[in-house]
Amino acid sequence: MTNPLTLYDRPNSYIGHSVPRPDARRLSEGRGRFVDDKVLPRMVHAAFVRSDMAHARITSIDISDAKNSPGVIAVWTGADLAPHVEPYVGVLSHLAGLRSAPQMPLADDVARWQGEPLAMIVATSRALAEDAVALVTVEYEELPAACDMETALDPDAPVIHQEFGSNLAWERTVDVGDTKAAFSRTDVTLVERELRFGRHTGVTLEARAAIADFDPSEDHLTFHYSGQAPHMMQFIFAKHLGLAEENVRIIAEDVGGSFGIKIHTYGDEIATAIASRLLKRPVKFVADRHESFLTDIHARDHVVHGKMAVTQDGQIAALAFDDVTGIGPFSMYPRTSAIEANQVLNLTGAPYDIENYHARARVVFQNKNMMCQYRAVGHPIAMAICDGLLEDAAAAIGLDPVEIRRRNLMRDDSYPRASASGMKLDDLSHQKALERLVDMMRYEALREDQARLRNEGVFRGIGFCSMVEVTNPSPMFYGIGGAPIASQDGATIRLDAGGGIQVSSSVTEQGQGTNTILAQIAADIFGVDLDRVRIKTGDTEVTPYGGGTWASRGAGIGGEAMLQAAVALKEQVLDVAAVILQAKPDDLDIKAGKITDTDGTERMDLSDLARTVYYRGNELPSDLKPELIATRHYRVTDFPFVFTNGAMAAHVEVDTDTGIIRVLDFWAVEDCGRVLNPLLVDEQIRGGVVQGIGGALYEECLYSEDGQMLNTTMADYLVPMSAEMPDIHVAHIETPTKTSVLGAKGAGEAGTGGAPGAILNAVNDALRPLNSSLWQMPMTPERVLKALGKV
Amino acid sequence: MKAPDFDYQSPETLEAALALLADADGMAEPLAGGQSLMPMMNFRLAAPETLVDLNGIPGLSGVAIEDSWVAIGATTRYCDLEDDKEVIEAVPLIAKVLPHIAHAAIRNRGTIGGSIALADPAAEMPAVLLALGGEVVLQSASARRTVKADDFFLGIYETVREPEELVVAVRLPKAKPHDRFGFHEIVRRHGDYAMAGCIVAADATLAGVRVAFFGVGDRPLRAERAEDALAGSDGGPAALHAAVAALSDLECDGDVSTSADTKRHLAGVALKRAFSELTA
Ligand SMILES: Cc1cc2nc3c(=O)[nH]c(=O)nc-3n(C[C@H](O)[C@H](O)[C@H](O)COP(=O)(O)OP(=O)(O)OC[C@H]3O[C@@H](n4cnc5c(N)ncnc54)[C@H](O)[C@@H]3O)c2cc1C
Repeated sequence: MTNPLTLYDRPNSYIGHSVPRPDARRLSEGRGRFVDDKVLPRMVHAAFVRSDMAHARITSIDISDAKNSPGVIAVWTGADLAPHVEPYVGVLSHLAGLRSAPQMPLADDVARWQGEPLAMIVATSRALAEDAVALVTVEYEELPAACDMETALDPDAPVIHQEFGSNLAWERTVDVGDTKAAFSRTDVTLVERELRFGRHTGVTLEARAAIADFDPSEDHLTFHYSGQAPHMMQFIFAKHLGLAEENVRIIAEDVGGSFGIKIHTYGDEIATAIASRLLKRPVKFVADRHESFLTDIHARDHVVHGKMAVTQDGQIAALAFDDVTGIGPFSMYPRTSAIEANQVLNLTGAPYDIENYHARARVVFQNKNMMCQYRAVGHPIAMAICDGLLEDAAAAIGLDPVEIRRRNLMRDDSYPRASASGMKLDDLSHQKALERLVDMMRYEALREDQARLRNEGVFRGIGFCSMVEVTNPSPMFYGIGGAPIASQDGATIRLDAGGGIQVSSSVTEQGQGTNTILAQIAADIFGVDLDRVRIKTGDTEVTPYGGGTWASRGAGIGGEAMLQAAVALKEQVLDVAAVILQAKPDDLDIKAGKITDTDGTERMDLSDLARTVYYRGNELPSDLKPELIATRHYRVTDFPFVFTNGAMAAHVEVDTDTGIIRVLDFWAVEDCGRVLNPLLVDEQIRGGVVQGIGGALYEECLYSEDGQMLNTTMADYLVPMSAEMPDIHVAHIETPTKTSVLGAKGAGEAGTGGAPGAILNAVNDALRPLNSSLWQMPMTPERVLKALGKV
Repeated sequence: MKAPDFDYQSPETLEAALALLADADGMAEPLAGGQSLMPMMNFRLAAPETLVDLNGIPGLSGVAIEDSWVAIGATTRYCDLEDDKEVIEAVPLIAKVLPHIAHAAIRNRGTIGGSIALADPAAEMPAVLLALGGEVVLQSASARRTVKADDFFLGIYETVREPEELVVAVRLPKAKPHDRFGFHEIVRRHGDYAMAGCIVAADATLAGVRVAFFGVGDRPLRAERAEDALAGSDGGPAALHAAVAALSDLECDGDVSTSADTKRHLAGVALKRAFSELTA
């Protein structure tokens, strides 16, 4: 694989090509197998009574009418389920000092956020279960609530967990160089801003969904799960329900989007498993959209005071910021809700040469839904802080935003090296990416248009973001801190008698195309046509053990394991072929399902070889014991993460009368190493950019002061829609990672990480001639109008 | 969420439908396009005991063009109006407005009667009715009455319609030669309910002007002071400025993401833009 051209030149060269998804036809013909499509014998349905209050003591729950409601099979409160579950606590040892209180699937004594499950109803249909929910009467004694994260640390704020004495969950400071001295230099220009990032969530097409199917005869739980980390869930159900791990089977077939939302421990899902165990029959829970908005983890929610000093020639002299982020009343289990803030500290400024860096993050408890890892964890905050301040500083000293980047970006020939925060970096291409971007967007011409239109009263802006993305994590991300989360993944490949191959992998598919990538690699490396590959992912009983999909690791880690397994199977097959054909393995190859000579001359069909091994072993020498199956595992060593980089730009128009921002064009140049499937990578970038635009312009979980979420429908919570989306132009630089043979880094989160910063900069570029700026996301019409002083 | 249990009736005549409503003691709801009622039932914001489906009643949909009025049957769907050249010629404003109501899939089912009966303050059709000075024809098992648009809307989802009455038709005046119409709505995403919307209906010389807003208050609102500022004026910047200033007493309400003040500001913007788009 040192010379990629050899791959492109032979038959079955799928790596690097936009092959269509093998599962596209099945899904488009309505034959998906999503959790809610599954109907099991004797299955019943769950619905939950949820807290109406942000913080309240539950004085009584009257379930008597609900119990007698038609179709109701069981009604349980927190006290009823407590004996059947071991509480869980969302802390990890490598996040020193992080604290959180034990959680139960249903709140017992005290409800700490609106939407927290209080009681569970199981009935013969979801509608009947909902009827019974309406009959449960909960009496509350309202407690003072700490909803606003900015006041939650005040000395007089109500403390959510008395045992901690304050609402501080975690705090970390990074201090490198001497920012104080740099800020007090007389030859620097200072910019200082308060950046606000609203709470939003990942709106998956398929809501969270689960069927728990407990079989008491084997003490065995099968859990049909819409999510992205089957083995992690296996551990969690086993540990907290007191089952042997091998007696928990997690099946995640088709999953309609996840974005990090479905990778956490949710009380209602744990309760569903307990219910199945108690009732000895399958129980289904499918969140409705209202429940999704109330209880799917929320993300972001940061207030950042940031400061940057630049010299007169535009060198960053220092960067400092203080971040406060609200995470709800608990740290989510098992990944914790401190990772996002940690990422903000680790990633801010990572594209640039920065010697003086000071960053503090405080993670606070509050009486709102929990906050946790969502696509591009921490990235949009980190990128917007540094790139926002950088363009602000550029404007202050009269330097072009591209030029200031040229003067500060890490040089492409300067790796391996570390970022200011100490992240190990290698194989990055910020300079190349920026130049490619400027070229593809026709920057000069765009600036000319902008100036011309300004004279006509049209306010357009151009903004950039140079970014990094954390991908292919090593055990340093979670495992080191004691989390039951594998960072290695495995792939198994088996040659069947018919000459086709069966592949299974521990990474998972949520619609992003992982299965396609795995099939491409298997078919390409082993040497069969793509339609001879069957892929199995998302089942702990049949796949190798691994971490699943998160942190853009599916292709980079799962793909490398697949490659290694395919190489191993090929070796085995050629060893057998060499014996049968009385040739040397090195003189043989596999192409399009045939054993060939290296010049391509066909020697025998793979199925003939397999049938010989499987049916007529008597024809083989007795010391030849072919396996025709290979499993390989892969993890990233030497680096904690494999970073990728990108350069992005947005072109926006601000309607200064209505405050509405239109994104006219978006460009992304991305370096995800080897591009395995250009179509899929481009769609990942585009989808990510759209979610980034969502966070920048539209999406926000709005709460009243007393902690009631106000917009729990798709009519009130605005997601980005296609009519408003710009053309998103994507280009690639390919700097393969040296950590693997495949050379692929991740690509799934770049757009979401970089787009908000670029949009922020573009909007402020548009507002600059009006002497206004806006530093709050989402940048809603009202906020724009306020920034302009119009309302 | 799943709707609670309900009875479903599909009457074949208007009389049968009205009898069902009369007997239901307020516990029945008519079902038209279902584009608003079904979600409300699934959210359990509406829990009728009986749904009276109007879709099978012949004669309740369709358009009759009269000398100076156009009568549109209550169950006439948006998509049918969009394609109806005679209606568009008689009420050109409709052609400007329809593409802004939700999305094609919703317009395929949604009905004009449903929109008027629902009286969503951010919906377009109630404001069309108000701006044109139209009428709503209501019928119960015992009586039929015609209510002027100015008298029909009372508040959020509230009209003068009694539970046993059906909207049977919506009557809009035919445009006279040289009448002009302007429509502008401010939305963050195409097809959304408006943050603020304005309709201006004027005659050739600006002697008569009607201005209606939607999405800013608890119901579609006439802005009579703004109308006065424009009526008889030259339609120049000063008159328009005065009309916008006259919105100071428009009864604006905020919503989850927009304050009342912002609504008022946006109403002014929508008025300017609607006015500048006045066309026949
Ligand atoms: C995603 C989405 C976006 C939308 N966006 C918009 C938008 O931008 N602008 C807009 O105006 N609308 C919008 N709508 C609403 C849509 O236009 C509705 O269809 C319409 O407002 C109601 O019409 P319907 O025929 O569907 O009524 P239904 O939903 O069937 O009924 C609505 C209410 O009116 C009552 N009703 C219906 N017909 C009669 C009658 N003849 N007499 C008495 N009562 C009756 C019903 O009992 C019910 O209470 C949107 C809907 C959706 C789902």
